[in-house]
Amino acid sequence: MSDPNPAQRFIEAIPHAKALGMRLESIGNGKAVMSMAYDERFIGDPATGVISGGAVSALMDTCCGAAVLAHPESGPTATLDLRIEYMRAARPGQRIFARAECFHATRTVAFVRAVAHDESSHAEDGLPVASATGAFTLDSGKKKPKTEAGR
Amino acid sequence: MTRSRPEPVQVIKQRRDMALATLANGIPYSQFLGIRFDRRGDELTALLPFDEQLIGNPFLPALHGGVTSAFLEITAIIELSWSMLWEDMENGKLDPGKLDAEHLPRLPKTIDFTVDYLRSGLPRDAYARARVNRSGRRYASVHVEAWQDNRARLFAQATGHFLIPSRDTGG
Repeated sequence: MSDPNPAQRFIEAIPHAKALGMRLESIGNGKAVMSMAYDERFIGDPATGVISGGAVSALMDTCCGAAVLAHPESGPTATLDLRIEYMRAARPGQRIFARAECFHATRTVAFVRAVAHDESSHAEDGLPVASATGAFTLDSGKKKPKTEAGR
Repeated sequence: MTRSRPEPVQVIKQRRDMALATLANGIPYSQFLGIRFDRRGDELTALLPFDEQLIGNPFLPALHGGVTSAFLEITAIIELSWSMLWEDMENGKLDPGKLDAEHLPRLPKTIDFTVDYLRSGLPRDAYARARVNRSGRRYASVHVEAWQDNRARLFAQATGHFLIPSRDTGG
């Protein structure tokens, strides 16, 4: 893990990330890994004890945001669009790990993809529980070069 | 033509409300977020009362994108389950009196879910309504809209595809 950078401090200051007990595992260079412990309060299907897709998407959204912040020359960000595919049920009782990568950023938009694993697939690098792709707003602080008068 | 006397309105109301409560209160994560459902006939409106722990950006402040996404997804799942439950209740296939946490129809499984964040969620109550655009034997497509103060100013919308549990084996 890199030094306590703004992204890590920022994640620790997010009330909902704290409420879900999210943990920042590693961050840097447009990539982030976060995890969240299994908790009975986060169950989505009481018949199976499988964690709610909503809780997994909250972890992936946060992790994607962290990846954007970890991108060189990034600034404040917000989710524009996030699509999640749920490939299989997460094994009940296991911690969920999200790995996100900001694979391209312009002055205004960051493109991110992420996967979520449970403990087993995280260790074996097996089939993820879910995958996500998203577009995030980006304020890099860099202004568009002024080429047209009055713009 | 003979027609049986309709049941008293309170009996019907109570039965429907009980079925909805059993369904909606059965999801722990929905309870964790504080989501409630309001019913007018068969139409549901989901309510997400504001809470500090739902904040994602403390500087604006704004609701967490994950909260918005979870709120929309749960609204879609409950709407889809409710529409199936309603049908079974109305045609007498299902006796809501026998409905409890152990005897709920199996919930649909999310295949994919795409959220469009239109504006940041303000630190106040949020509402959502879902519409089942297509529901076949196996798959369903559901659209959800969420707003805060103004019904016409959506702050998020989503479309999701769901796998419908096989109904004959559902416990």
